[in-house]
Amino acid sequence: MKALRNYLDKIKPNFEEGGKLAMFRSVFEGFETFLFVPNTTSKSGVHIHDYIDSKRTMTVVILALLPALLFGMYNVGYQHNLAVGADPGFCMTFIFGFLAVLPKIIVSYVVGLGIEFAVAQVKKEEIQEGFLVSGILIPMIVPVDTPLWMIAVATAFAVVFAKEVFGGTGYNVFNVALVTRAFLFFAYPAAMSGDQVFVRTADTFGLGAGQVVDGFSGATPLGQIAIAGKELIGSFQAVDVLGNPISTCDMFLGLIPGSIGETSVLAILIGAVILLFTRIASWKTMTSVFVGGAVMSLIFNMIGTTVAMSVSPLDHLFLGGFAFGAVFMATDPVTSARTETGKYIYGFLVGAMAIIIRALNPGYPEGMMLAILLMNVFAPLIDYYVVEANINRRLKRVIK
Amino acid sequence: MANVIKIKKGLDINLKGKASDVLLNGGKSESYAIVPDYYNGIVPKVVAKVGEKVKAGSVLMIDKNRPEIKFVSPVSGEVTAVNRGEKRKVLSVVVKPEAQIEYEDFGKKNVASLKREAVKEAIQLAGMWPFIKQRPYDIVASPADKPRDIFVSAFYSAPLAPNFDFIVKGQEADFQTGLDALAKLTDGKVYVGIRKGSSVSVKGVEVVEVEGPHPAANVGVQINHIKPINKGEVVWTVNPADVIVIGRLFNKGVADFSRLVVITGSETTERGYVKTIAGCTIGSLVDGKIMANNENVRIISGNVLSGTKVMKDDYLGAYDNQITVIPEGDETHDFLGWATPGFGKFSVSHSFPAWLTGKNKEYVIDARIKGGKRAMIMSNEYDRVFPMDIMPEYLLKAIIAFDIDKMENLGIYEVAPEDFALCEFVDTSKIELQKIVRQGLDLLYKEMN
Repeated sequence: MKALRNYLDKIKPNFEEGGKLAMFRSVFEGFETFLFVPNTTSKSGVHIHDYIDSKRTMTVVILALLPALLFGMYNVGYQHNLAVGADPGFCMTFIFGFLAVLPKIIVSYVVGLGIEFAVAQVKKEEIQEGFLVSGILIPMIVPVDTPLWMIAVATAFAVVFAKEVFGGTGYNVFNVALVTRAFLFFAYPAAMSGDQVFVRTADTFGLGAGQVVDGFSGATPLGQIAIAGKELIGSFQAVDVLGNPISTCDMFLGLIPGSIGETSVLAILIGAVILLFTRIASWKTMTSVFVGGAVMSLIFNMIGTTVAMSVSPLDHLFLGGFAFGAVFMATDPVTSARTETGKYIYGFLVGAMAIIIRALNPGYPEGMMLAILLMNVFAPLIDYYVVEANINRRLKRVIK
Repeated sequence: MANVIKIKKGLDINLKGKASDVLLNGGKSESYAIVPDYYNGIVPKVVAKVGEKVKAGSVLMIDKNRPEIKFVSPVSGEVTAVNRGEKRKVLSVVVKPEAQIEYEDFGKKNVASLKREAVKEAIQLAGMWPFIKQRPYDIVASPADKPRDIFVSAFYSAPLAPNFDFIVKGQEADFQTGLDALAKLTDGKVYVGIRKGSSVSVKGVEVVEVEGPHPAANVGVQINHIKPINKGEVVWTVNPADVIVIGRLFNKGVADFSRLVVITGSETTERGYVKTIAGCTIGSLVDGKIMANNENVRIISGNVLSGTKVMKDDYLGAYDNQITVIPEGDETHDFLGWATPGFGKFSVSHSFPAWLTGKNKEYVIDARIKGGKRAMIMSNEYDRVFPMDIMPEYLLKAIIAFDIDKMENLGIYEVAPEDFALCEFVDTSKIELQKIVRQGLDLLYKEMN
């Protein structure tokens, strides 16, 4: 460590104002603070600081995402094996998924961080670590067969137009990862929905080649629900890629087709426990999303005129991106409501809105993305009224 | 019966280097000084000449805008320097002390028989008016105001803070007289906040028992819980140790600024109380008490949260009765600090294992910021350590935007920078919140007056 530190100290002058590599100052600083916690001491105000910083915070979020990511990788391989009728064992299944997902992570990081580095350099600011989380969320919320170039284009769009134009990390109105997905969804609908994209049937780097078995269908359960219409009420049964019925337990464990990181509620809940224990995500937002979703599905159950309306609350919460959105997306502190009361309202509306979109709009089998983006817009409004309530209460003191 | 306030939100940072209730040697300073920067809301005008002989209680400096606010020499001796900085700004007025202190005679007075104006004048003449601060703005109180109430928080709760029960021991009569004098200055009440279980007992004032973690002793927190300040109202606050000095004036008839200063912090060898006089040098307090093998320390006049960074030849903060010495820490390069488990690192966040070690573990915390400055990312961080009916994040944002209506509505008149100290400590984004609040208050004061 000492040698590394000495080396950094030696090359540091090159990157300072007037040095020959000054144009890479932000990048150098980024790497330096990545390796060593900055040793700057406080000049004014408090003399001691808590050890927490935003790098630590982001690291914990990534840690919380890992179970879902690793499970997602395995599931990619698992679904592929079902599709081609092969069983190469646990390791090969995972490696297949790993190789299918890894390029997406790399593309998302390279594009996003590249833009962040460049912007930081131009603005002469420190590189901020916000994208470390967005960059891993992006590959987790896209179907496995999304082409890499699309991810690159969408990531670039989201980082520039949803984040940097607002001023960077901490100033964005919309969740960056969700803007990426929304961009993909509206710009390339064919690559983002339907029954062709959620299960990889081709090989990955020559691995796992095979013939697709008879009776294969790559539709996700939510896709099936959306097209079931009203004829199948009472008799509808979600099925896996081979036509076998899926139970609520399967939905919880997550060996079903879907976007890479979203299928396993179990893995997501492990992440949720990490986020809640470290208090990085708000339990108020998280639970209210689930409550909002459950209440709304119960209401639709009572109406029950289509299959989508009669799906039980538990199935709704387990299927698609609901749990993933509730745990990792709705709780983004920057884009969600920031007041404590506001978090209940915000969360509840996210959950309710997601189910409304699922049940009433067959064009969008999954409503979570749109619900969160919509509520991102309303979060400042909710906060505004909560703050106004505080102001009014304080004004009433004078009258008393 | 005393009222009781329970503070729930807050944080006690368990630092290493607590002082025990013992008296230490030291405190004989080679020079004493009035430092205008330690007072907020005044424009200094020096009236003493270099070379002039002064007594303890002789006027050295006045406030240009409110000449009745006087700053007096704490000792007798010779004015040796008026140090000025850029644009002739007064940095300090220095007095070299004589061996035996001679006091100006202000005459013993019986507070009970005095009228308000007489009390006011006595305090002003003896140079003790600057002890009285006002909210809004957290500045030296304006003598023309009629305060709604006066608040004294008779204990300290900041990390390693002195024990007021020890400080007041033997001076109970002066403390009581000081409170009696303050009571004359307001039509309202004098509220005295006392730590639950404290032996301090006073009469003739409204006693409020306070329980809970820091910032329970911050007078702003107590005001907010007892009787919050509304727009247009003014309340005054006085530090408890300064109330004793005011009491002494009436009981003994002299401006005796002697006080106990507690020496604390992980980098000290001897910890306890030093008897000294306001305006002494830091060196006179800490010499021989800092670990010899460690040159790289930070000396703080005050506590680690709201104190001022000082050098040995600087002077003790005007309102301070604590010195804290902690490691500077800038030679530490923490490798991959964001990824390693971080045992032994103090954090409120559960992302560090500090929660495992329990509340009794004492920490050595150095002066590093330990992260990069960011925009406000996390929400609800400040609220957890801010026990007032105020939304800290929104107030801060209003201050940054300098939206006067919003600031007023969200409670700017109730706060002082020290109230945001814990917020600044826990802040993931490492924003200098106290500085923002101070600048906001100063700017608002200019705007309003």
